Amino acid sequence: MSIGSTPLKFKVSIDPDRCMSCGRCIENCSYGVYRKEGDDIRINSRNCVACHRCLAFCPRDAIDIEEKPNDYRSHPLWTREVREAIFNQAKTGKIILAGMGNAQPYPVIFDRLVLDACQVTNPSIDPLREPMELRTYIGKKPSSLTLKQLPDGEVELITKLTPNLQIETPIMIGHMSYGAISLNAQTALAKAVSRIGTFMGTGEGGLHESLYPYQKNMIVQVASGRFGVDINYLERGAAIEIKIGQGAKPGIGGHLPGEKVCADVSCTRMIPEGSDAISPAPHHDIYSIEDLKQLVRGLKEATEWKKPVFVKIAAVHNSAAIAAGIARSSADAVVIDGFRGGTGAAPRVFRDHVGIPVEAAVASVDAKLRQQGIRHKVSIIASGGIRESADVAKIICLGADAVYIGTSALVAMGCRVCGTCYQGNCAWGIATQKPELVKRLDPETNSVQVENLIHGWTLELAELMGAAGINSIESLRGNRDRLRGYMLDEGLMEVLDVKTVGA
Amino acid sequence: MCGIIGVIDRNRQLMDGGKIRESLAMMDERGSGEGAGYVAYGIYPDYKDYYALHVFFDNIRENKGALDTLLEKWGTIVHDEQIKTYEQPNIRKVHTPWRYFFRPDRSLMPKSTTPDEDIVTHLVMKVNAEKNGALIFSSGKNLGVFKAAGWPEDVANFYRIEDYKGYLWLAHNRYPTNTSGWWGGAHPFNLLNWSVVHNGEITSYGTNRRYIESFGYKCTMYTDTEVVAYLVDLLVRKHGLSEKLAVRALAPPFWEEIDLMPPKEQELNRAIRLTYGPALMNGPFAICVANEHSLVGFTDRIKLRPLVSGESGDRLYISSEEAAIRRIDPDVENISMPKAGEPVIGRVYS
Repeated sequence: MSIGSTPLKFKVSIDPDRCMSCGRCIENCSYGVYRKEGDDIRINSRNCVACHRCLAFCPRDAIDIEEKPNDYRSHPLWTREVREAIFNQAKTGKIILAGMGNAQPYPVIFDRLVLDACQVTNPSIDPLREPMELRTYIGKKPSSLTLKQLPDGEVELITKLTPNLQIETPIMIGHMSYGAISLNAQTALAKAVSRIGTFMGTGEGGLHESLYPYQKNMIVQVASGRFGVDINYLERGAAIEIKIGQGAKPGIGGHLPGEKVCADVSCTRMIPEGSDAISPAPHHDIYSIEDLKQLVRGLKEATEWKKPVFVKIAAVHNSAAIAAGIARSSADAVVIDGFRGGTGAAPRVFRDHVGIPVEAAVASVDAKLRQQGIRHKVSIIASGGIRESADVAKIICLGADAVYIGTSALVAMGCRVCGTCYQGNCAWGIATQKPELVKRLDPETNSVQVENLIHGWTLELAELMGAAGINSIESLRGNRDRLRGYMLDEGLMEVLDVKTVGA
Repeated sequence: MCGIIGVIDRNRQLMDGGKIRESLAMMDERGSGEGAGYVAYGIYPDYKDYYALHVFFDNIRENKGALDTLLEKWGTIVHDEQIKTYEQPNIRKVHTPWRYFFRPDRSLMPKSTTPDEDIVTHLVMKVNAEKNGALIFSSGKNLGVFKAAGWPEDVANFYRIEDYKGYLWLAHNRYPTNTSGWWGGAHPFNLLNWSVVHNGEITSYGTNRRYIESFGYKCTMYTDTEVVAYLVDLLVRKHGLSEKLAVRALAPPFWEEIDLMPPKEQELNRAIRLTYGPALMNGPFAICVANEHSLVGFTDRIKLRPLVSGESGDRLYISSEEAAIRRIDPDVENISMPKAGEPVIGRVYS
């Protein structure tokens, strides 16, 4: 082998003074790092992905995991990642697969935006003592109301509102399919959203029977592969989402390897067991905006115009114009998925190089829709890289109605963002279909953790709003005056329509 | 801070500005001597069919010609003159106030159902956005705004406010934070027949401004108050809501109250909040809005600014302070403090 082995990604070591040879690391590691030889525990660091399962379950804190124990000769252009990708492709001749979101060190716009608070001239509002409204309605709104004056002085509403989703917090959970994640993981998320009064997406994997009890909090997805789609599926969802693209891999379809298509996944997706589930890059019935409009109406007709229909697009250069087209269809919401959005598996080249950040995309979509006087025709849901409540507040200031979280919810269930989801070996029982791994994830306990996370963020959001002297989320939405850019360049501040700090 | 007062005589009996000046001066504790203003309805009976445009010129020679040309392009200047002012030691006359009586040529906006108003609105937005040394700060019929940087009594004396007689008055004593000493920043703000005085700060301004601008209004005054005038114009004149429902949209009940309403009422209130969410005004405020028929006072949803109303015969008073009302009318009755978000509405009999 002319290239030989590449340096270790992680080096695992066990402190012999602390280890009591209980073997929990061996039981927990699904990547084959540890093995028993006689009384000793042996380590194969090359298999380690830093999922921290062993670390989390070692009763003695005896394990240390060190990243990049060997240095390459440093070079600003020929980074370690670039060199290793070349080694990989020189050996395989294939497209490199990767997991999770964009791993390039682009600046994070969220981290260069700061929020406002009241001092003196307007009082901040204390959410512990005053009502604080986070209730959000997702869907089309009328531009004005038709009212009839009745003889008794009362007023009758003539305008009929189209169905909206009512959520008590602007935080929903995005689409992660059964197949990409385990049924236990989906069940935990489903329990959490139904208790909170928010919604989650099914992903392009159908809706498993055991999740029917939670269907009124589920948004069912219709993607280019149409896996799992029939009238029963459409009717069960609270809303329907057409997935055009995904922030982690704009412009291409999905790929679920056959190894993950077990009997149960095959039934739910309505595909043969063990077959690869490959979603085409475009929908084969959508080659233009008019075609999308027809699909939206087709889905609405099929469900008797009772359900909102969302359209999800990846954040790309032309998102604003695309969203304006979507707003002119019967669609009720547009989901903008930024380039930091997570995924189980994406070609590395797409994950790291295609698409734009959600902050810029939402800002330009909101501005374009306002400019054209059609902002009320569609709600904006932002997703892709929402890590904390401050991100939620900031993206709402930039014009979003609500957010989808994905990775954050998985982290609440133990995910360590190791980025090896595509291997199907997830030691936390999340991104795997192996029964022995799936059973590690207890739906009940994990649903409480997810619920706690969303509850905590909601409390923080209420505090941030109160500090800004705002008691209703409508007044935060698109309120870019309450943001300032810190070390953002002029061009970007113009796109975001925010001033610099101090201005 | 800031102090506001509004009074309407429902029988259209005229009141001169003298008492209003005294009443406003009662609230000097609420101001800082950097801005005050008055608006009176019914002051131009001889020209009541024409739009009375009040303009601040930076410089008559440099700036007036362009405005004359623009107005002539869109209609007819029936009469124009300098607004009389009287030198005051504490007021630096940085602008020359001017009044035009203007008749728009409605044939120039054939597609509009309200061509006169649309032409005047267009002119106000255009002139004020261009900032070419002219600012139209009053544009209604048979009414006029008088304002400047200074204490209320000095501003009143500058214009000799007691010489004007109106059946409806609004007045404002300013404690500026955003734009000190700028005449355009003093209240009342006016568009067509709508005038607004405001105490407080609108924390939802960024949302409200972007909403109203998507309907073609332009916010040009560097202050949150003008957005109120445009919102009321949109909701009442263009969308046809009653004053009461317009206030419901601007300072709506909380969801927990709406959830407990009977079904029909609940449906109406939900529809108002869904439709007019971006028009909802947040933050501390007490506001008086007037047009030629009515005076409306209301506060934010948790009443973070004071508002008191009182009555005396045909007259309804709304103010930041009871003392200010009593200064005009010591025998005022029915003093009450409206609840948060609930409007006080006074309307002329005919």
